Amino acid sequence: MSDRVAVIATHVRRGLFQSAPGVGRHAAIHFVLLIVAFIFALPFLWMASTSLKEATQVESFPPVYIPSPVVWENYVEALTFLPFHQYFFNTTLISALVIVGDVLSASFVAYGFARLRAPGRNFLFIVMISTMIVPLAVRLLPTFLLFKWMNWVNTFLPLIVPAFFGTPYFIFFVRQFYRTIPQELSDAARVDGASEFRIWWQIMVPLSRPVLIAIGIFAFANVWNDFLYPLVFLTDRTKWTISIALSAMIDATGEDIQFWNLMMAAAFASVAPMVVVFGFAQRYFTQGVTLTGIKG
Amino acid sequence: MATVDAPAPQASGKARLSASWREALWCYTFLSPWLLGFLVFTAGPIVAVFYLGFTRYNVFKAPQWVGLENYVGIFTDDRLFTITLLNTIYFVVISVPGQLLIAFTLAMFLNTRIHGRGAYRTLFYLPMIVPHAAASVIFLWLLHAELGVVKHLLDVFGIPSPLWFQDENWSKPGIILLSFWYVGQTMVIMLAGLQNIPTHLYEAASIDGANVLRRMWHVTIPMLSPTTFFLLVIGLVTHFQVFTFAYIMTRGGPLNSTLFYVLYLYRYAFKNFEMGYASAMATVLFVLVLAVTGITFGTSRHWVHYET
Repeated sequence: MSDRVAVIATHVRRGLFQSAPGVGRHAAIHFVLLIVAFIFALPFLWMASTSLKEATQVESFPPVYIPSPVVWENYVEALTFLPFHQYFFNTTLISALVIVGDVLSASFVAYGFARLRAPGRNFLFIVMISTMIVPLAVRLLPTFLLFKWMNWVNTFLPLIVPAFFGTPYFIFFVRQFYRTIPQELSDAARVDGASEFRIWWQIMVPLSRPVLIAIGIFAFANVWNDFLYPLVFLTDRTKWTISIALSAMIDATGEDIQFWNLMMAAAFASVAPMVVVFGFAQRYFTQGVTLTGIKG
Repeated sequence: MATVDAPAPQASGKARLSASWREALWCYTFLSPWLLGFLVFTAGPIVAVFYLGFTRYNVFKAPQWVGLENYVGIFTDDRLFTITLLNTIYFVVISVPGQLLIAFTLAMFLNTRIHGRGAYRTLFYLPMIVPHAAASVIFLWLLHAELGVVKHLLDVFGIPSPLWFQDENWSKPGIILLSFWYVGQTMVIMLAGLQNIPTHLYEAASIDGANVLRRMWHVTIPMLSPTTFFLLVIGLVTHFQVFTFAYIMTRGGPLNSTLFYVLYLYRYAFKNFEMGYASAMATVLFVLVLAVTGITFGTSRHWVHYET
């Protein structure tokens, strides 16, 4: 596995590809890719354009592509239509704690799976991999009943606490990386009398920083995008996340065409934090994806 | 490898035993958070959902054992359940292979030495970071029957445009289009898989006179098959659970044409509070997903090529 990561890395670095296309094929490929790029960009462009339109222009057909005048106030209006600052705060708080929980637990558990031997460990590893195909919907009802019994419904705890017990996908991911770290490093530390806990915290965690950042970002994307769990667990409107607020907003205004500029502004605002994170951390996104991609 | 702190020979057997015991203890210490979480959030719920499927339970009163009543109801008396199942299968059967095909095509294009590969890749990946709720809102407006930009573009090319979410025949294709927008992750993983194929295989195939298509058929597709298999399994499991798009865009309509499995289950559990019936539905979904992944695994030895 580790060799394959290295191979991918060198291939990417060298830009090693099957064949260099000729000029004609080159142009053809660009032609196709540009059309696809336009299709992929269209939802973003349409959202941005609509979000800045006057209400009357929203209703015009054929559509006005470049809004005039540009109505920045739509964003103010959209984000005060419902107390969005509260929803941003809620979503950010949940996300931050889930990231901490997922990164800590994944790296902790992965150390056990990757570096320590015990009878039954491999069996448990297979069990963990298998749980990835258990549909979320199957676990949802009993989990709901459990949290209801614990009086946790309408708190953020049902969304946060499970992250501290480890997400199999992330554990797997970190385990693959830990297996590539030379055994001599931990042996040397053991000789010096370091406990396994210290080896994990002082050797493994610092060495796996890029991987931990990658899963932190994935965890962020997951929780920021989540809908079903917040919908079920957060019924009190002061506890909503942004996604739930968007859904409520469309319920309230969906039939009314003239509110679509505000809808688009709110949607854009919900995407914005992820875009910022993506801009800063794109390297880790694609690196992470490459690492997961080697699962064979 | 002799180490400096090797114990005296006569003590070594005992010391090694206790060392391996210590290691096992540490190992389980590190596994314990997951193990506990597994019991509470996965294994426990699976047992509970199986049990609750045989009860009538409205959350407020204790579950009441009703035997197979819920299952009999699901399979003989629930017209909507059949519709739901067919809707979900329709979605999975088109969306999953469609996504793999689009991802493969785009990855093949991006695996050439053209300019701006990075920019294209970023753009195709970008939808992945849009929350499903936001994307649902965007596509509702994009595919608006009278004012949508897609209608206008189709008008320009003289193509009659469908009513999308107002037409029960076009509502599922509309949601499938949205699912295709989320092809980025699959594409990036496939691209990594493509870059993992050793070039000497292509060179050997070229020397043997294989053209582009034959190279793709005899080298690329077999060599990529472990990646494709992984993506297929993950795709099947996630697409069977499609929920958010339909919940926000159509609420299952028009005429129940987008009433998908988990949406229907959600209604039973959290609108009607019929937890027993919903649990039986969840159990059926679990068996269904297990069967489908099992079949996929069963076929894998015929088409998934592992390097040895």
